Amino acid sequence: MADTYHLSSASLDALFAAILADGRRILAPTDRDGRTELNPVTTPAQVAKDYVQTALSAKGTVFPRVEQLLSYRTGQGQVELTDAEPKAVPTVLFGIRPCEAAGFQALDAVFNWDSRDKYFNARLAQVTVIGVACTRSDDACFCTSVGGDPGSEKGSDLLLIPVAGGYLAEALTDKGKALVALAPDQFKPGDGADKVALLAQVPAAFDQPALTAQLPALFDSPLWADQALRCVGCGACAFVCPTCVCFDLQEEADPKAGRRLRAWDSCGFRLFTLHASGHNPRDTQGQRWRQRVYHKFSYYPERYGMLGCVGCGKCTRACPVDMNLREHLTEAAQAQVKA
Amino acid sequence: MSDQNIYLPYLMRIARITQEAPGVRTFRLEFVDDTAAKAFSFRTGQFGLYSAFGEGESTFCIASSPTREGYIECTFREVGRVTGSLADKEVGDIMGFRGPYGNVFPIEDWKGKNLIFIAGGIALPPLRSVIWNCLDLREWFKDISIVYGARTVADLVYKDELKEWERRDDVNLVCTVDPGGETPDWTGKVGFVPHVVEALAPAPANTVALVCGPPIMIKLTLPVLAKLGFQPDSIFTTLENRMKCGLGKCGRCNTGSSYVCKDGPVYTLAQLQQLPAEY
Repeated sequence: MADTYHLSSASLDALFAAILADGRRILAPTDRDGRTELNPVTTPAQVAKDYVQTALSAKGTVFPRVEQLLSYRTGQGQVELTDAEPKAVPTVLFGIRPCEAAGFQALDAVFNWDSRDKYFNARLAQVTVIGVACTRSDDACFCTSVGGDPGSEKGSDLLLIPVAGGYLAEALTDKGKALVALAPDQFKPGDGADKVALLAQVPAAFDQPALTAQLPALFDSPLWADQALRCVGCGACAFVCPTCVCFDLQEEADPKAGRRLRAWDSCGFRLFTLHASGHNPRDTQGQRWRQRVYHKFSYYPERYGMLGCVGCGKCTRACPVDMNLREHLTEAAQAQVKA
Repeated sequence: MSDQNIYLPYLMRIARITQEAPGVRTFRLEFVDDTAAKAFSFRTGQFGLYSAFGEGESTFCIASSPTREGYIECTFREVGRVTGSLADKEVGDIMGFRGPYGNVFPIEDWKGKNLIFIAGGIALPPLRSVIWNCLDLREWFKDISIVYGARTVADLVYKDELKEWERRDDVNLVCTVDPGGETPDWTGKVGFVPHVVEALAPAPANTVALVCGPPIMIKLTLPVLAKLGFQPDSIFTTLENRMKCGLGKCGRCNTGSSYVCKDGPVYTLAQLQQLPAEY
């Protein structure tokens, strides 16, 4: 059961100060050079006021673009291996949207479904999420079609809902309650306002269970090649996605020493699945686009019992050729499966 | 609890290098660390990620049998950066290995059955592990046949072992090379693997078929086996999609929802018929 409070704007200042005094950094959306992205802040005044979403996702805090997994030195017939320890910085993520907050679960599913990934886990343990519910949305948003909503509590440790003069605050987890304990005097008893009335309205666009149910039968449909005709395979969708987790392992080395790195990758790239023989199981952009949709809406539900998409719409906003995930999924959900 | 680094390879010393065919080598690898060697075990069908420090990792099967303890072997063709770097290595050099990964050939289920192994070219290594595993447990099985083909005589791998299997009276080995690939002293067959299998006409009753080869060979051999009466659940193969992690995380080796690195690499034809052909 969530503990519900009222947090005034002035109290949020005090909470930021208490978090910094506790030795943690605060990352929040800021407006810089015409972009709204997560950056370190020290006061709420630095936080962007009017944004739907950051362009990039928050996943980099737990799964960096590039990180070192090991290093080595070679010479005289010997190899000396050194395990890399993750650099996990205590971090409070302020102002990410409920959709993105929910995305951490999808990352966790892959990193820990079988063997446990210590790099992801070390960082996630150090992250506390203060989600801020959405009071507006845009055409790319479709959280309500994928099990979320603008005030969803999933993934946030502390969820703030903007009200006049401050926020309603719900402490949802032990981490959230620990934040409250940092500045207990700032959190006043909640007033029980009608939360839903304060939130953005995001109409459901498509019937996701129906989509997931018919994807196996749609595998050989020309739909995917048609939708991907304009895809340039740039991978931007994967790089901005809060749940895209596919990665590459790369070597950076000179003859005497080197390190093994993990870097973000994308199923949209031809190289992703290219065999050494030259054969490629997903040789066309249509096959690669299909993989993206199926991974998120068919394989994730089958393997992990959840979707690999939170409906944030970042991919749609980032796409240089205006592919629109909400529209493409709506089309697939409504497609007639050939008997 | 503190998690281990699941990407950290074992250090392996190259104990033996065998030149198998043009560009194809077999490495025998021994663990540098005795404790790791003692703790290590694998089962036939499994694979690993092999490191050339300085270049990266490549995926190969474990080509030796788990009945031969104290080492593992891998056979690879020199085609890219990692395999190119490995090809420069010498006996005594150090490389890396992560594994064993993936599922196994269920040889315990095959007790009392006939086995026919059908392999083409550089795809014999994964079956070689099973062949030796089964030959080392010879009393478990009835007839064991091996059909192995390559483009040319020079491209046949494990030439010494082929001679050994030829000599054994408890193995029926049929070697073939593609038309034009024979040499004047070639005493094996000339013809494509599917045709040789068709002519050999193995009886499907109580028989398990293991097929591994280039896609075209598999594509043309499966209908032959079907015509002979082999059921899809008694035909086994092993897939090798591109992999980076081997741990079911990096996201590229899947065929449909099946991760080759976790749910494979060993599949029956019956299982593959349920999956899209993304391999």
